Amino acid sequence: MNSKAQKADNLIQINNLEIEGFSDEQWHPIIKGVNLTLKRGQVMGLIGESGAGKSTLGLAAMGYTQPGCRITGGEILFEGTDLASLRDSEKQKFWGNRMTYVAQSAAASFNPAHRLIDQTTASAIRFKIKNESDAKKDAKELYEALNLPNPESIGDRYPHQVSGGQLQRVMTAMAMSPRPDLIVFDEPTTALDVTTQVEVLTAMKNIVKEFNTAAIYITHDLAVVAQMADVIKVLRYGNEIEEAETRKMLTAPKEEYTKSLWSVRSLEKKPVEAQKPILEIKNIDAAYGKFKVLHNVNISVPRGSTVAVVGESGSGKSTTARVITGLLPQLSGSIEFDGAVLPKRLEDRTKEQKRIIQMIYQMADTAMNPRQTVREIIGRPLEFYLDLKGKEKEDRILELLEMIELDGQFIDRLPSELSGGQKQRICIARALAADPEFIICDEVTSALDQIVQEGILKLLMRLQKELNLTYLFITHDISTVRAISDHVVVMNLGEVVEQGIKSDVFSPPHPDYTELLLSSVPEMDPDWLNNLNKKRD
Amino acid sequence: MTQEKNIYSAAGEVGSILEKRTFWTRAKIELSKSPWTARFGLLIIFIYAVLAIFAPIFAPYGEAEVFPEPYAPWSSEHIFGTDQIGRDIFSRMIYGARNTVGIAVATTFLAFLIGGALGLAAAINRSYIDQLLSRAVDVLMAIPSLIFALVLLSIFGSTVINLIIIIAVLDSTRVFRLTRAVAVNVVVMDYVEAAQLRGEGIGWIMRKEILPNIMPPLIAEFGLRFCFVFLTIAALSFLGVGIQPPTADWGSMVRDNASLIMFAQYDLKAGLTPLLPAAAIALLTVAINFVVDWFLHKTSGIRDEQ
Repeated sequence: MNSKAQKADNLIQINNLEIEGFSDEQWHPIIKGVNLTLKRGQVMGLIGESGAGKSTLGLAAMGYTQPGCRITGGEILFEGTDLASLRDSEKQKFWGNRMTYVAQSAAASFNPAHRLIDQTTASAIRFKIKNESDAKKDAKELYEALNLPNPESIGDRYPHQVSGGQLQRVMTAMAMSPRPDLIVFDEPTTALDVTTQVEVLTAMKNIVKEFNTAAIYITHDLAVVAQMADVIKVLRYGNEIEEAETRKMLTAPKEEYTKSLWSVRSLEKKPVEAQKPILEIKNIDAAYGKFKVLHNVNISVPRGSTVAVVGESGSGKSTTARVITGLLPQLSGSIEFDGAVLPKRLEDRTKEQKRIIQMIYQMADTAMNPRQTVREIIGRPLEFYLDLKGKEKEDRILELLEMIELDGQFIDRLPSELSGGQKQRICIARALAADPEFIICDEVTSALDQIVQEGILKLLMRLQKELNLTYLFITHDISTVRAISDHVVVMNLGEVVEQGIKSDVFSPPHPDYTELLLSSVPEMDPDWLNNLNKKRD
Repeated sequence: MTQEKNIYSAAGEVGSILEKRTFWTRAKIELSKSPWTARFGLLIIFIYAVLAIFAPIFAPYGEAEVFPEPYAPWSSEHIFGTDQIGRDIFSRMIYGARNTVGIAVATTFLAFLIGGALGLAAAINRSYIDQLLSRAVDVLMAIPSLIFALVLLSIFGSTVINLIIIIAVLDSTRVFRLTRAVAVNVVVMDYVEAAQLRGEGIGWIMRKEILPNIMPPLIAEFGLRFCFVFLTIAALSFLGVGIQPPTADWGSMVRDNASLIMFAQYDLKAGLTPLLPAAAIALLTVAINFVVDWFLHKTSGIRDEQ
């Protein structure tokens, strides 16, 4: 280690890098001349919205470009060697050896046919950094350092036998095994629940510090990057907006764009007066086959309000939505809408009962038929429920487009010709087209960038006021809950842990689970993670 | 930093937005990048289609017009000579394109109608209807189809209608399998659920939500299936239970003039005569496969190496 440390101070130096990507029959610039300097042992956070080029830049630091991309200018100096000019076979000597990568989806990145420990040690053995028994011994130590349960035996399992959070930590161990000089983390905690995220972040932070490894941490979550990074670089449309030391960046961002990123989380809804419940879920039990997922769930939704259902994956929040829509008939209990009991099964409900409850999905991509234009997507409910035809229908479509802050030029577009936020707006318009009273929003903002999220949330709030809509807002994101809800329902393992007005739920005393959930939400304070872990110990 | 708009607006939001293109411009771009095999295939198919549609214009003589000289050699009067009862072979080949190809197209369409509709229904239902249909299809597929077709044709008689129905039913089993397999991936999409929640009927969901999204593999399968149907009809005709005389058909033309191949040592042209309809069958099959290969490559999503 000592001889290495004496070499050049800058581990990575990227000068004026330009990368192009091929799509739609032509080359488009993705990275437009970005500089980056990373010192040994330093952690740099790369943040930006989707399309900002943060993943492309992160991978380029390893000299790697994704298929369909090419480096058109600049240099990538790794200890003075220009990776941009090397052939792949030469770069392969660095990959998995001096530099490693932790991908977003660990589940998709492991080979399901091999044991974890063999995959963890593969590159260290291949590059003859360690022999097999040393590498395995080291892997077990890494597992322990990463706080994995049963570090001695967990490596003998296959990828499907451990949880998502554990797999992500095994992947970090894999990246650490050859003792690289650089690790690139590409959104490693985005797919994880908040309580798991805390564990993974702590483990990664400690191990990077322990081995003095340089790291590039790519994420769109500012609070997460604040915990991990020494310096933060903000990217937008392939350009660097600004770079600064983490504390300085958080307290005094220079550029307008960075400030707007920072301010998103300040959105907060004023409470509305409680009205009579429009929807009441009473003592619902539900199951998938023999596997029971909901236990005696009671939720009451007042008219004109937003009720947020919070919980981690597997808590039963989406199942609750399926029961309300009738897609999954409940085993027992009843659902009352406006005082009248709704039939259990979707097929037994009248057209009117289907019309007044609408749903907006998490992935706008899969919620719209890729072969239908906006006109067909929004027009169908108008025709189906309200019997609108011809000019009447056309006018109403345009009116709806205006309501969602888009205009007539979008009417002939296909979903693939829209951006993420626009797609979600079209889905909102489709729900509105049915003229509903109650809308179930299933994680509608979680796939979107922060600024776009804010736009969608504001739109939903405005529509609620104008049309007196009631929302059941399913989410795992506490800051979204703060932003738009009146009432909060906390769910865990198919049961309602706590419910009530937002201010009550968010102020102590909390039941244990709510406490765990709320305290796990990262804050924009670089010391948050350290303080939290001190407190939990 | 460059002056980029900092005020957020939904309409101005940029992302990886694809350019708006019409079907024809996209087709033109794809065609300009197509390999020569695909263009050759398209050209051949086009020529066959023109010949089949305008057969009476291109054919010098009628389909069943008999001339006094049977087995006439190739001459300026009869380009490929005449057959065993003195009909012009060149004219019959052109009419054969109409009959053999026409019947094959009709059969393939029917096979897709039956197999496609049942496959979609099975994919949406996924319970007892699926089980019932899938097992019935397994049974049908277990019997060699040519032999099964022979048996059925000898029971019901070799009329064109029977031929079309029997081959269509037998071939619809493969279409069913494919449609079901690709449709189950689409059925689980949120937009299908959204349509169900809206209260749409099964017909709408099949036609509007699922079918447009499984078209590419079905179109490719249509080409391949057409080849098989076409070869089955030719084989049945060769065996004598397919298209009946005097209707011109390539399969029976091979059979009728098969004995001429013996004379190749005396007159090469006479020996070639029975091979001409066979070559017509082979050429069309190859042409369609070229086009289907290209189409499958385009829709498989495999990116060409830049």
